[in-house]
Amino acid sequence: MMDATGGTPTAREAAYRRHGLFSRARVREWLYGLALLSPSFALFAVFTFYPLVKGAYLGLYRSDPFGLHRVFIGFDQYLHVLRSGGFQSSLGVTFWFAVYTVPAGLVLGLALALLAHQRLRGMIIYRAVFSSTLASSVAVASVMWLTLLNPSVGILNYGLRESGVGAIQWLNDPRWALLAVSLTTTWLNLSFTFIVLLAGLQTIPEQMYESAKIDGAGAWSRFRNVTLPMLSPTIFFSLVVLTIRAFESFGQIDILTQGGPLKRTNVIVYSIYTEAFKNFNEGVAAAQAIFLFLIILVLTLVQFRFLERRVFYGS
Amino acid sequence: MSRVCFEGVTKRFGDVVAVDDLRLEVADREFLVLVGPSGCGKTTVLRLVAGLDEPDAGLIHIGDRLVNGVEPKDRDVAMVFQSYALYPHMTVRRNMEFPLRTRRVPKEERARLVGEAAETLGLVDLLGRRPSQLSGGQRQRVALGRAIVRRPAVFLMDEPLSNLDAKLRAQTRAELIELHRRLQTTVLYVTHDQVEAMTMGSRIAVMDRGALQQVGRPQEVYERPANVFVAQFIGSPPTNLVRGSVEREGETLVVRVPGGVVPLTPDRAAVVSERSLAEVLVGVRPEHLAVDAGPVAATVRVVVSLGHERQGVFALDDGQLVVARMATDGPGLREGARVQLMARPEHVHLFDPATGTRLG
Repeated sequence: MMDATGGTPTAREAAYRRHGLFSRARVREWLYGLALLSPSFALFAVFTFYPLVKGAYLGLYRSDPFGLHRVFIGFDQYLHVLRSGGFQSSLGVTFWFAVYTVPAGLVLGLALALLAHQRLRGMIIYRAVFSSTLASSVAVASVMWLTLLNPSVGILNYGLRESGVGAIQWLNDPRWALLAVSLTTTWLNLSFTFIVLLAGLQTIPEQMYESAKIDGAGAWSRFRNVTLPMLSPTIFFSLVVLTIRAFESFGQIDILTQGGPLKRTNVIVYSIYTEAFKNFNEGVAAAQAIFLFLIILVLTLVQFRFLERRVFYGS
Repeated sequence: MSRVCFEGVTKRFGDVVAVDDLRLEVADREFLVLVGPSGCGKTTVLRLVAGLDEPDAGLIHIGDRLVNGVEPKDRDVAMVFQSYALYPHMTVRRNMEFPLRTRRVPKEERARLVGEAAETLGLVDLLGRRPSQLSGGQRQRVALGRAIVRRPAVFLMDEPLSNLDAKLRAQTRAELIELHRRLQTTVLYVTHDQVEAMTMGSRIAVMDRGALQQVGRPQEVYERPANVFVAQFIGSPPTNLVRGSVEREGETLVVRVPGGVVPLTPDRAAVVSERSLAEVLVGVRPEHLAVDAGPVAATVRVVVSLGHERQGVFALDDGQLVVARMATDGPGLREGARVQLMARPEHVHLFDPATGTRLG
């Protein structure tokens, strides 16, 4: 007799065909699968699904500044947010913030990973140094950069003054503030990309490089024909994560600029925070949060749709 | 001209001497097999020729050119790696034309050369596939194809068959011999498999612990192993080695081993007496050990049949075990039975017990 629950896949398939989709074995298998999923489902439900639904719901209401009445205004709120200048400018700021931080983070991370991948004496020290920003919190890093960027005592301006360029009001000048925040963020992200890309580099078999060397490939050709394609899944992963991080950044902005000057660093998350906890416009904040969710979702899907084709996942 | 010549080549990794004062010449168009156990330095020799490692001492010539310090790409060699090192993101065609691309060979020429190589190796239908869509044997052929498109002066092959199953290995062995015959290029081939070495090499070079033990035609190495290591490494099961004391018996010398005496040929006896050795190591290959009315008594331990032959394990009087290969149609041997073993004097190898080198 054939055993419906075990044995070879063909035996199992045959059992399915005989008993249909709702055979007792099939149902039991489903229940078992759901039981295994339930712990992570519970976590997601509490911390992701519930807030998401609640947020979408709150976005349909307008609350007064004291949080007393909630007035239903439906999707008008979403349209209102979409049309408002503040939100559009936040969108723009966030876009440029991502443009400044993501490619720079990838290129610098890759450069450091390539350097640290060299087999040289003492390289482990550099690996530790390059990984160290992962261990520093956003708050600590921001305070540190606050000092570095300080217009009068900061080391950056000291250098600029000495070289004759003159001081820059990094965090107070609307032309520079977003760049200054991006600099801090890139530094914060660097160890993440560094570690991920270094790990990726270490999985590329040495013989592939040696074979390429014998076959006449120079350093650039080896990088283009071996390193980049073999590293493409890791680079793609870093790209997606860095993009999401750029759209979700909050801590460094709160500490460095509070969204200013002239709202030039008012990224979406900071705008949500301001609306919700300073202006008490719960509904507006909720609507913005839903838009942020949709933007990140769409961006990630787009990345998967168009860039993943160029990614090689190995055999 | 594409001979490869090693003059006193030494390579160290830290305290380990991977290659020790190697002196060896691979003749033009020769198929030389470097064979030895893992860690004997044979792959390092290959890497030194390829330029992936540089020797600490000694000179390496390819053809008439000294290649010490020459970049791998400028040595005119091609290497087939044990792992094949194919580029998984490239199709078979792209993989094979990679060495041509890096050398800026024009497109039409590339297509022609890849086409020819693919034809030779039966890869024409696979040119559009990725390595992951190929079987082990096909991947191996693509790696070979990538090596032959460029028509290099020397092929370096590092255990190219070790990832294939036994049946495919035997077949590919024959194909490689055929390919060498057709291409007429110098091949330096590394393996730990003595069957590959015996069947493929025009000559074989046996290495152990970084040092070259013996170089010669396979039959030569088999029939006259230069030392104990070669005697035991080449041949399966390995040569039986028994320590014995030299005794005078009338006009000639014999070697007393547990359970009897082994007679010596006059010339071997001469060498032994010339060196005035009191003890020698006696080596007899399992196929040369016969269960017959021989001079050495032993006890049958176990007899197994391999289908085409039987292998018997016998205990000498001091408990040492020796192995004999026998025909399947011989007399049945009961475990525990007493037998008399014999070997023809010309099949008895003698080695110096102190140095392990061959006597006579």
